[in-house]
Amino acid sequence: MIFLYAFLVGGLICVVGQLLLDVFKLTPAHVIVSFTVIGAALDVFSIYDKLIEFAGAGASVPITSFGHSLLHGAMAEGHEHGYIGILMGVFKLTSAGITSAILFGFIVALIFKPKG
Amino acid sequence: MVKLNDPKNYSKNMKSYQPSVPYFMNCLKAFLFGGAICVIGQSLQEMYIHSFHFTEDNAGNLTSATLILISALLTGFGVYDKFARYAGAGSLVPVTGFANSITSAALESKSEGIVLGIATNLFKLAGAVIVFGVVSATVFGAIRLFIEHLLK
Repeated sequence: MIFLYAFLVGGLICVVGQLLLDVFKLTPAHVIVSFTVIGAALDVFSIYDKLIEFAGAGASVPITSFGHSLLHGAMAEGHEHGYIGILMGVFKLTSAGITSAILFGFIVALIFKPKG
Repeated sequence: MVKLNDPKNYSKNMKSYQPSVPYFMNCLKAFLFGGAICVIGQSLQEMYIHSFHFTEDNAGNLTSATLILISALLTGFGVYDKFARYAGAGSLVPVTGFANSITSAALESKSEGIVLGIATNLFKLAGAVIVFGVVSATVFGAIRLFIEHLLK
Protein backbone atom coordinates (compact mmCIF):
# COMPACT_ATOMS: atom_id res chain seq x y z
CA MET A 1 0.00 0.00 0.00
CA ILE A 2 2.88 2.37 0.84
CA PHE A 3 4.06 1.96 -2.75
CA LEU A 4 0.74 3.21 -4.12
CA TYR A 5 0.74 6.21 -1.77
CA ALA A 6 4.38 6.93 -2.65
CA PHE A 7 3.46 6.91 -6.35
CA LEU A 8 0.38 9.11 -5.92
CA VAL A 9 1.88 11.68 -3.55
CA GLY A 10 5.23 11.84 -5.38
CA GLY A 11 3.42 12.17 -8.71
CA LEU A 12 1.12 14.91 -7.41
CA ILE A 13 4.05 16.94 -6.05
CA CYS A 14 5.62 16.74 -9.51
CA VAL A 15 2.33 17.84 -11.11
CA VAL A 16 2.37 20.95 -8.91
CA GLY A 17 5.91 21.59 -10.18
CA GLN A 18 4.80 21.12 -13.78
CA LEU A 19 1.92 23.58 -13.30
CA LEU A 20 4.34 26.15 -11.86
CA LEU A 21 6.50 25.68 -14.98
CA ASP A 22 3.69 25.79 -17.54
CA VAL A 23 1.02 28.05 -16.09
CA PHE A 24 3.06 30.50 -14.02
CA LYS A 25 6.06 30.36 -16.40
CA LEU A 26 8.60 29.96 -13.60
CA THR A 27 12.12 28.81 -14.47
CA PRO A 28 13.19 25.35 -13.20
CA ALA A 29 15.50 27.04 -10.68
CA HIS A 30 12.58 29.06 -9.26
CA VAL A 31 10.47 25.90 -9.00
CA ILE A 32 13.00 23.89 -6.97
CA VAL A 33 13.81 26.90 -4.79
CA SER A 34 10.10 27.42 -4.04
CA PHE A 35 9.69 23.72 -3.27
CA THR A 36 12.57 23.77 -0.80
CA VAL A 37 11.13 26.80 1.00
CA ILE A 38 7.62 25.28 0.99
CA GLY A 39 9.01 22.04 2.44
CA ALA A 40 10.64 23.95 5.29
CA ALA A 41 7.49 26.04 5.82
CA LEU A 42 5.27 22.95 6.02
CA ASP A 43 7.54 21.50 8.67
CA VAL A 44 7.04 24.47 11.02
CA PHE A 45 3.78 22.83 12.11
CA SER A 46 5.02 19.26 11.46
CA ILE A 47 2.69 18.86 8.46
CA TYR A 48 5.44 17.43 6.28
CA ASP A 49 6.27 14.78 8.89
CA LYS A 50 2.75 13.46 8.61
CA LEU A 51 3.03 13.37 4.83
CA ILE A 52 6.26 11.32 5.06
CA GLU A 53 4.60 8.96 7.52
CA PHE A 54 1.73 8.52 5.07
CA ALA A 55 3.57 8.37 1.75
CA GLY A 56 7.13 7.28 2.59
CA ALA A 57 9.47 7.97 -0.32
CA GLY A 58 6.63 9.77 -2.12
CA ALA A 59 7.30 12.65 0.24
CA SER A 60 10.97 12.07 1.09
CA VAL A 61 12.31 11.83 -2.48
CA PRO A 62 10.98 15.18 -3.85
CA ILE A 63 13.16 18.23 -3.15
CA THR A 64 10.58 19.53 -0.63
CA SER A 65 12.01 17.03 1.84
CA PHE A 66 15.38 18.81 1.56
CA GLY A 67 13.84 21.92 3.16
CA HIS A 68 12.12 19.68 5.67
CA SER A 69 15.34 17.92 6.71
CA LEU A 70 17.20 21.23 6.98
CA LEU A 71 14.60 22.49 9.45
CA HIS A 72 14.47 19.14 11.25
CA GLY A 73 18.21 19.15 11.87
CA ALA A 74 18.02 22.77 12.99
CA MET A 75 15.18 22.02 15.43
CA ALA A 76 16.88 18.94 16.91
CA GLU A 77 19.94 20.99 17.87
CA GLY A 78 17.76 24.01 18.67
CA HIS A 79 15.93 22.06 21.35
CA GLU A 80 19.22 21.16 23.01
CA HIS A 81 21.23 24.37 22.69
CA GLY A 82 18.68 27.12 22.08
CA TYR A 83 18.87 29.56 19.17
CA ILE A 84 22.59 28.98 18.55
CA GLY A 85 21.74 25.31 18.00
CA ILE A 86 19.87 26.23 14.83
CA LEU A 87 23.18 27.25 13.25
CA MET A 88 24.77 24.01 14.40
CA GLY A 89 22.07 21.68 13.19
CA VAL A 90 20.92 22.91 9.77
CA PHE A 91 23.13 20.54 7.77
CA LYS A 92 22.99 17.65 10.21
CA LEU A 93 20.41 15.49 8.42
CA THR A 94 21.07 16.65 4.86
CA SER A 95 24.79 15.92 5.09
CA ALA A 96 24.45 12.57 3.30
CA GLY A 97 22.52 14.11 0.41
CA ILE A 98 24.76 17.14 -0.09
CA THR A 99 28.00 15.22 0.36
CA SER A 100 27.00 12.49 -2.09
CA ALA A 101 25.75 15.07 -4.60
CA ILE A 102 29.08 16.95 -4.48
CA LEU A 103 31.17 13.77 -4.51
CA PHE A 104 29.35 11.94 -7.30
CA GLY A 105 28.87 15.14 -9.32
CA PHE A 106 32.60 15.86 -9.11
CA ILE A 107 33.67 12.31 -9.98
CA VAL A 108 31.25 12.05 -12.91
CA ALA A 109 32.38 15.44 -14.24
CA LEU A 110 36.01 14.25 -14.04
CA ILE A 111 35.39 10.99 -15.87
CA PHE A 112 32.74 11.76 -18.47
CA LYS A 113 32.89 14.09 -21.44
CA PRO A 114 30.15 16.73 -21.84
CA LYS A 115 27.51 15.75 -24.40
CA GLY A 116 25.66 17.98 -26.80
CA MET B 1 -6.54 48.35 -37.29
CA VAL B 2 -4.34 46.00 -35.25
CA LYS B 3 -0.77 47.12 -34.96
CA LEU B 4 1.38 44.08 -34.33
CA ASN B 5 4.30 45.95 -32.85
CA ASP B 6 2.13 48.04 -30.57
CA PRO B 7 3.94 47.80 -27.21
CA LYS B 8 0.68 48.01 -25.25
CA ASN B 9 -0.72 44.85 -26.76
CA TYR B 10 2.60 43.12 -27.22
CA SER B 11 1.96 40.08 -25.04
CA LYS B 12 -1.55 39.70 -26.49
CA ASN B 13 -0.38 39.90 -30.08
CA MET B 14 2.51 37.58 -29.44
CA LYS B 15 0.27 34.87 -28.08
CA SER B 16 -0.70 33.46 -31.48
CA TYR B 17 2.99 33.08 -32.34
CA GLN B 18 3.90 31.13 -29.23
CA PRO B 19 3.53 27.34 -29.29
CA SER B 20 0.49 26.29 -27.26
CA VAL B 21 1.41 24.37 -24.11
CA PRO B 22 -0.03 20.83 -23.82
CA TYR B 23 -0.91 21.34 -20.14
CA PHE B 24 -2.64 18.01 -19.60
CA MET B 25 -0.02 15.83 -21.28
CA ASN B 26 2.81 17.61 -19.46
CA CYS B 27 1.10 17.09 -16.12
CA LEU B 28 0.40 13.44 -16.89
CA LYS B 29 4.04 12.81 -17.82
CA ALA B 30 5.25 14.65 -14.71
CA PHE B 31 2.84 12.60 -12.59
CA LEU B 32 3.86 9.23 -14.04
CA PHE B 33 7.62 9.78 -14.09
CA GLY B 34 7.73 11.64 -10.77
CA GLY B 35 5.62 8.92 -9.17
CA ALA B 36 7.82 6.21 -10.70
CA ILE B 37 11.01 7.77 -9.25
CA CYS B 38 9.36 7.87 -5.83
CA VAL B 39 8.37 4.20 -6.15
CA ILE B 40 12.00 3.35 -6.98
CA GLY B 41 13.01 5.36 -3.89
CA GLN B 42 10.49 3.45 -1.78
CA SER B 43 11.78 0.10 -3.07
CA LEU B 44 15.39 1.09 -2.27
CA GLN B 45 14.33 2.17 1.21
CA GLU B 46 12.49 -1.11 1.88
CA MET B 47 15.52 -3.00 0.60
CA TYR B 48 17.90 -1.12 2.92
CA ILE B 49 15.58 -1.64 5.90
CA HIS B 50 14.68 -5.30 5.38
CA SER B 51 17.73 -6.78 3.64
CA PHE B 52 20.51 -4.71 5.21
CA HIS B 53 18.79 -3.90 8.54
CA PHE B 54 19.38 -0.17 8.58
CA THR B 55 17.25 2.10 10.77
CA GLU B 56 14.57 4.08 8.96
CA ASP B 57 16.51 7.38 9.13
CA ASN B 58 19.72 5.84 7.81
CA ALA B 59 17.80 4.02 5.10
CA GLY B 60 16.29 7.34 4.00
CA ASN B 61 19.75 8.91 3.74
CA LEU B 62 21.10 5.91 1.84
CA THR B 63 18.12 6.04 -0.51
CA SER B 64 18.80 9.69 -1.41
CA ALA B 65 22.50 8.92 -1.83
CA THR B 66 21.71 6.00 -4.16
CA LEU B 67 19.27 8.04 -6.23
CA ILE B 68 21.86 10.84 -6.45
CA LEU B 69 24.52 8.37 -7.62
CA ILE B 70 22.18 6.92 -10.28
CA SER B 71 21.20 10.40 -11.44
CA ALA B 72 24.83 11.60 -11.62
CA LEU B 73 25.79 8.55 -13.71
CA LEU B 74 22.80 8.96 -16.04
CA THR B 75 23.72 12.63 -16.45
CA GLY B 76 27.26 11.59 -17.35
CA PHE B 77 25.95 9.24 -20.02
CA GLY B 78 23.71 12.03 -21.35
CA VAL B 79 20.58 9.99 -20.63
CA TYR B 80 19.09 12.14 -17.87
CA ASP B 81 18.81 15.26 -20.02
CA LYS B 82 16.86 13.38 -22.69
CA PHE B 83 14.65 11.94 -19.98
CA ALA B 84 14.21 15.44 -18.49
CA ARG B 85 13.08 16.87 -21.82
CA TYR B 86 10.34 14.27 -21.85
CA ALA B 87 9.36 14.09 -18.18
CA GLY B 88 9.47 17.82 -17.35
CA ALA B 89 8.91 18.45 -13.65
CA GLY B 90 8.77 14.68 -13.10
CA SER B 91 12.55 14.67 -13.42
CA LEU B 92 13.14 18.10 -11.88
CA VAL B 93 11.32 17.89 -8.55
CA PRO B 94 12.71 14.57 -7.17
CA VAL B 95 16.17 14.69 -5.55
CA THR B 96 17.54 13.24 -8.81
CA GLY B 97 16.90 16.64 -10.44
CA PHE B 98 19.09 18.28 -7.79
CA ALA B 99 21.92 15.83 -8.54
CA ASN B 100 21.40 16.35 -12.26
CA SER B 101 21.74 20.14 -11.92
CA ILE B 102 25.01 19.74 -9.98
CA THR B 103 26.52 17.17 -12.36
CA SER B 104 25.46 18.89 -15.58
CA ALA B 105 26.72 22.30 -14.42
CA ALA B 106 30.07 20.70 -13.53
CA LEU B 107 30.28 18.76 -16.81
CA GLU B 108 29.43 21.78 -18.96
CA SER B 109 32.29 23.85 -17.59
CA LYS B 110 34.81 21.01 -17.59
CA SER B 111 36.76 22.69 -20.40
CA GLU B 112 37.71 25.55 -18.04
CA GLY B 113 39.70 23.19 -15.81
CA ILE B 114 39.16 21.20 -12.64
CA VAL B 115 39.35 24.06 -10.14
CA LEU B 116 37.94 26.99 -12.11
CA GLY B 117 35.60 24.85 -14.20
CA ILE B 118 34.23 21.85 -12.36
CA ALA B 119 34.65 22.91 -8.74
CA THR B 120 33.62 26.54 -9.22
CA ASN B 121 30.53 25.76 -11.25
CA LEU B 122 29.34 22.71 -9.31
CA PHE B 123 26.79 24.78 -7.40
CA LYS B 124 25.88 27.13 -10.22
CA LEU B 125 22.24 25.98 -10.19
CA ALA B 126 22.03 24.00 -6.96
CA GLY B 127 23.53 26.86 -4.94
CA ALA B 128 20.20 28.69 -5.06
CA VAL B 129 18.47 25.69 -3.49
CA ILE B 130 21.00 25.49 -0.67
CA VAL B 131 20.98 29.25 -0.02
CA PHE B 132 17.20 29.49 0.13
CA GLY B 133 16.94 26.21 2.02
CA VAL B 134 19.39 27.32 4.71
CA VAL B 135 17.95 30.84 5.02
CA SER B 136 14.36 29.59 5.26
CA ALA B 137 15.31 26.77 7.66
CA THR B 138 17.07 29.19 10.03
CA VAL B 139 14.21 31.71 9.91
CA PHE B 140 11.47 29.09 10.33
CA GLY B 141 13.54 27.31 12.98
CA ALA B 142 13.87 30.52 15.00
CA ILE B 143 10.13 31.18 14.64
CA ARG B 144 9.24 27.67 15.77
CA LEU B 145 11.63 27.76 18.70
CA PHE B 146 10.17 31.14 19.73
CA ILE B 147 6.60 29.77 19.57
CA GLU B 148 7.61 26.69 21.58
CA HIS B 149 9.17 28.93 24.25
CA LEU B 150 5.96 30.98 24.39
CA LEU B 151 3.82 27.86 24.82
CA LYS B 152 5.93 26.48 27.66
